[in-house]
Amino acid sequence: MSFAVNMLTRSLNVFHLGGSACNNCDIEIIDTLTPRYDLERFGITLVGSVRHADVLLVTGVFNKKSAIRLKRVYQEAAKPVVVIAIGACACTGNMFQKSYNWDVPVDKYIPVDAYLPGCPPKPEAMIMAVVKLVKKLRGAK
Amino acid sequence: MTKKTIIPIGPYHPLQEEPEFFKLHVEGEKVVGLDIELGYNHRGIEKLAELKTFEQTVFLVERICGICSTSHPLACVQAVEDAGEVEVPERAQYIRTVIGELERLHSHMLWLGLAGHFLGFNTVWMWAWRYREPILELFELITGNRNHYAMMKPGGVRRDIKVEDIPTIRKTLADLKGPICLFRDAVTDDPLIHARLQGVGTLTKQQALDYCAVGPTARASGVAKDVRKDHPHLAYGRVDFKIITGKNGDVFDKAVVRILETLESIKIIEQCLEVLKTMPGPVDSNPKEIKAGEGIGTYEAPRGEVIHYIRSDGGNRPVRHKVRAPSFMNVPTNQTTVIGHSVADATIILAAVDPCYCCTERMAAVDAGTGRRIWSSAELIRLSQEKTAKLKKEMGVEGPRLKI
Repeated sequence: MSFAVNMLTRSLNVFHLGGSACNNCDIEIIDTLTPRYDLERFGITLVGSVRHADVLLVTGVFNKKSAIRLKRVYQEAAKPVVVIAIGACACTGNMFQKSYNWDVPVDKYIPVDAYLPGCPPKPEAMIMAVVKLVKKLRGAK
Repeated sequence: MTKKTIIPIGPYHPLQEEPEFFKLHVEGEKVVGLDIELGYNHRGIEKLAELKTFEQTVFLVERICGICSTSHPLACVQAVEDAGEVEVPERAQYIRTVIGELERLHSHMLWLGLAGHFLGFNTVWMWAWRYREPILELFELITGNRNHYAMMKPGGVRRDIKVEDIPTIRKTLADLKGPICLFRDAVTDDPLIHARLQGVGTLTKQQALDYCAVGPTARASGVAKDVRKDHPHLAYGRVDFKIITGKNGDVFDKAVVRILETLESIKIIEQCLEVLKTMPGPVDSNPKEIKAGEGIGTYEAPRGEVIHYIRSDGGNRPVRHKVRAPSFMNVPTNQTTVIGHSVADATIILAAVDPCYCCTERMAAVDAGTGRRIWSSAELIRLSQEKTAKLKKEMGVEGPRLKI
């Protein structure tokens, strides 16, 4: 395991980007940080700027106005950055696919490393995603 | 005179869960103006509803907002029932009341936590969210999902509340009373919270009436407005509860009103469960068709009155679906409440109405200086026609080509 991967997976700094979502995924993300699940035990914290982030959490569908910002936020992130699409909306577009204000799912705008379906995914699912992701980054099978 | 500067908050600000863009016009530390720019969250739900059947529409409006994910479906099914003159069994009405009040409980706890976070009082945040978890567990027990409960359908509810689950629900609620009283005492006694919240972001009674504020925002200013009392539907006419009102309309009163409302919600749920224990009957009247007509459904969402309007032509889809969410009325009150306060207080004042932008998205652009609409509807139509003409020219096509 290289030094960079070791440092990246030790303590994940997470930036959360809520698109045109219904908020539930966003709330469940915050929920994982509160006492019941408490991901901060493992050094996972939310950061205020994408420039400090190791992980970019993307939730919700992105409409024509917010998609421009999504691409810009991804460009601003310091690479390597891991992108996780949380929720059915970010993965596929969910029931908004026929909307006049929606074009394509998130992975057509930016590269996505992990998909976490569910409407909304439970906090346990989010924790499992983090575990799988860290394992994969470290090269384990 | 100090120089006027603009502080942008958003659209993707770490304090906010949702994308919205506030432009604070400040002179030194003092806020002198506010511009609200939305549109990052617009998904065209009213138009999408026309593509879905009445039963599917309920799932769609559930996803307008994750926090009010019972209020919107509840108002929507009531509109459908109003249009189609559908009877709802009495047991279903009690179950709807229970789910609606549980939602108010979790939403107010969520707001309290976020308010603590905005104040820099993260202990309140952690505690409030910790005691919110048992309510989500109750939802999982009753409906099978922590959020997006999918309980409502035209004519009734999808799942019954089992009699053997009722003691568990009662015990969880009884255990919650202690922590809620703790929050009540903490907010009303703590001198630090007094110093941060009292006299901050005051919305007077007259202003609340002028802005047509709804829900806890209006009630904190002394306007006793509550759909549950004004228009008793579901089981609200048959249970005993109070409308909580404040006096001053500042952020402190808004917090107190919300905390006291959670206690009233527990009272309502307990009375409903007492009835549900013995009440027999189906929970769904299974309407086969919705007659042509139009209907309006209202419900007191945690943030205020939500109105759904549905027009049916006798088919299986709504011809027109219109949603008016409570934040649509409440967010504009920020433009008076935030003026004259310091930048540090602005975040909590903006959050005090419990704004929900995913409910609120509309197309309208307003100039902050004059209050004039930048684009009238006629101008918008003209813009749209010009753009279509331009696109058609570029693509070299004739006639309409719509992407649906």
